[in-house]
Amino acid sequence: MKPITGIVSATVLLDADDVDTDQIIPARFLSGTTRDGLGAGLFADWRRDREGRLREDFPLNRPEAEGARVLVAGRNFGCGSSREHAAWALRDAGFEAVISTSFADIFRGNAVRNGLVPVEVDAAAHAALTANPGARVTIDVTEGTVELPDGGTARFTLDPFARRCLTTGLGPFEFLLSHLETIARHEERAASTS
Amino acid sequence: MTTRPSPRTLFDRIWESHVVVPEGDDHPAIIYVDVHLIHEVTSPQAFALLRERGLPVRRPDQTWATADHSVPTRFEKGRPAFIDQAARNQVAALERNCRDFGIPLFGLGASGQGIVHVIGPERGLTQPGRTIVCGDSHTSTHGAFGAWAFGIGTSEVAQVLATQCLLQARPRTLGLEIRGDLAPGVSAKDIILAVIRRFGVAFGRGSVIEYHGSAVRSLGMEARMTLCNMSIEAGARAGLISPDDTTFDWIEGREEAPRGKAFDESVARWRALATDDDATFDRTASFDAGTVEPMVTWGTNPSMSCGILEPIPTPCSPGERAALGYMGLEAERPLAGTPVDVVFIGSCTNARISDLRAAAGVVRGRRVHPDVQVLVVPGSAAVRDQARHEGLDRTFREAGAVWREPGCSMCIAMNGDRLQPGQLAVSTSNRNFEGRQGPGGRTVLASPVTAAAAALAGQVADPRPYLEGGTP
Repeated sequence: MKPITGIVSATVLLDADDVDTDQIIPARFLSGTTRDGLGAGLFADWRRDREGRLREDFPLNRPEAEGARVLVAGRNFGCGSSREHAAWALRDAGFEAVISTSFADIFRGNAVRNGLVPVEVDAAAHAALTANPGARVTIDVTEGTVELPDGGTARFTLDPFARRCLTTGLGPFEFLLSHLETIARHEERAASTS
Repeated sequence: MTTRPSPRTLFDRIWESHVVVPEGDDHPAIIYVDVHLIHEVTSPQAFALLRERGLPVRRPDQTWATADHSVPTRFEKGRPAFIDQAARNQVAALERNCRDFGIPLFGLGASGQGIVHVIGPERGLTQPGRTIVCGDSHTSTHGAFGAWAFGIGTSEVAQVLATQCLLQARPRTLGLEIRGDLAPGVSAKDIILAVIRRFGVAFGRGSVIEYHGSAVRSLGMEARMTLCNMSIEAGARAGLISPDDTTFDWIEGREEAPRGKAFDESVARWRALATDDDATFDRTASFDAGTVEPMVTWGTNPSMSCGILEPIPTPCSPGERAALGYMGLEAERPLAGTPVDVVFIGSCTNARISDLRAAAGVVRGRRVHPDVQVLVVPGSAAVRDQARHEGLDRTFREAGAVWREPGCSMCIAMNGDRLQPGQLAVSTSNRNFEGRQGPGGRTVLASPVTAAAAALAGQVADPRPYLEGGTP
C-alpha cells in the first residue's frame, strides 16, 4: 500500500446522508475474483440512467469533478454491507479521502486498510465544505488537519494505528504476523481451559 | 475478606477471554477468532493475498465455507443455472481455494449448503461465548446465541485466514431493553424494524448492542436471530443476547455441538457468561414492543418504516423526500393498498423453518394474486428438506408461489433473481436500499406473514386478518 501523508485536491460534494455501500458499488459488480477495475462500478446507478447514459447532474460526472481526489459526503457514510469493494472502487476511481461527519464502522476500517483516508470533521467544518462545492482542500494525515476553503483549519481524529497504517503504507497484516508466537500461546491456554 | 467479582456483561466476558495482546498506546487489541465463516464473494482476494505471500491457512479446522451469494436457486436439466460465467468462476474459485487450503466446504448442491448465517447455527458452530467472523455484515445474526459475531472486510478475511486473529478497538456496550408482550401477527422482524425506526440507522455505531428484557426472553432462537441479524441496520457491527435454556435446547444434538457430559459442562460454562443483573452498559435504551404493529418500510433505508395501517409520515429531510420519490409513494397515506409486483420470502433475516411455517400458514389453502410473482427461497438445504418433510413446499406451490433452492437470492440480487426496474417487492430481507434487489427495483421490508399477505392480496396488506384461518 502506498504511504499517504498529505492530499491537496479539489473536492466533489455528494450531498447525501447514510450513503450505503450498495450505492457505492452495486452488488452486480462483486462477481469478480480480483480487486481491480472496480472504479467503473463506482456509484454506477447514480452515475448512469437506466439506459446507461451518464447523468450530467450527478456530481461525479461534472467536468469540475475530473481529477478530484477528495469526496465530501453526509453523515454515516458507507453504511450497510461490509463489502471492501466499496473502498477498492473509490481508490480505483482515484479518491484518496472521504470527508464526512461520521462513517459506518466497517467501512472506516476497510478504507484505512486501502489507503483511503476517512476524514471525520465536525458539523461546522462540514458546512464550510458543503457551502463551497468543489473547493480545494489540503489534508495533512500526519497532523490530522484539513485546511478549509474559508481559511479555517479543522481537526480530524484517527486512532494512532490507523494513522500509522496510512502514513507508512504498512498494514495490520504485518503487525499480526509478528505476533504468531503469542497467538500460539493463547491457543494452548484456551485449549487447556475449555 | 473475600470480594465479590465486579459485575460483568456478556460482552466483557467474551472480550476478556479472547484478548491475545491487549490494546497498547499505538495499536488496538489482538482478538482471537474461534469460528471463521467464508463465502465466495468476499474471500477470493483474501486467498490471493495468502498465495502471494506463501502463507498457509493457520486453522483450517476453525474455518468453514459455503457458496450462497452468487449461486443460482434454480437448476436446468439438473445443472445449476448460473447467471453468468463470472458467478460460475467465483464459486469454482471457492471450491479450489477450499481444496488447496484444506477448508471444509458446504458447496452448491451439498446437503450442508445454505446461507452462511443459517448454516453456522444449524451445524452447532454458533455457540455462546465464541468469537465468530465472516466477510459479511449480517454475521451479527450469530449474536443471538451469546457469541460475539461481526462482519469484516476482505483484508481482514486474509488476516484471519493467516493468523486466526484480528485487530480490534474495544467497542462500547449498548444495553437495549425490549419489554412488553407482542400483539398477534407481530414478530421479531417487526420489533427490529420498529427499533431502527425509533433509534435510527447509526444508533449502534461503535457499539455492540445487547438485547435484553421480557420481550427478548420470550422469543425463540430463530426470532432472536432475526433480531440480531438487523443490528447492522441499526449501525452496530454486532448484536448479542445472553444465553439461556432456549439457547441451550436449540444447540443440543447439533452436529458440531458438544455431546453427553461435555454438553452439560458446556451449558454450565455458557450459563455463567450471561450479563449480571447489576452490570452496567456504556449506554442504555429501552423500547416497548407491546405497541408494535406489523411494520413495513416506505423508504430507502431500514429506519424509514411505519405500521401497516399507519399513514406514511410527512418527510422531514431531503433524504426522506428523495426516498419517497424513489419509491413512488405518497406521504400521509398508509402503505397498505399499494400494488405489489414481487414477493420475496428468503434471506438470512427470515428464511429459517419457523419463517417458512409462518408464511405457509397464511397462504395455505389460498391462491397467490395473479399479478404477483412469489419467490420462496429456503435459507439452507436443511431448511429446504425440513420444509419438504412438513409439506410446506407443496403449500407454497399449490398457492402459486415459486419454490427454489437455498441461497441469498433476491436479497442481494447477484445470482439473477432480481427485480426489474420500477417493480415493487415486499421482501422478508434486510435492506431496502435503492436498487438492492435489482437496479431500479423498489423494496418494502416486512415480516414473513406480512409478505405472505401481500402475495395473496396483490398489494401491501395487513397480515392479521389472514391469521388463524380468518377471512380478510
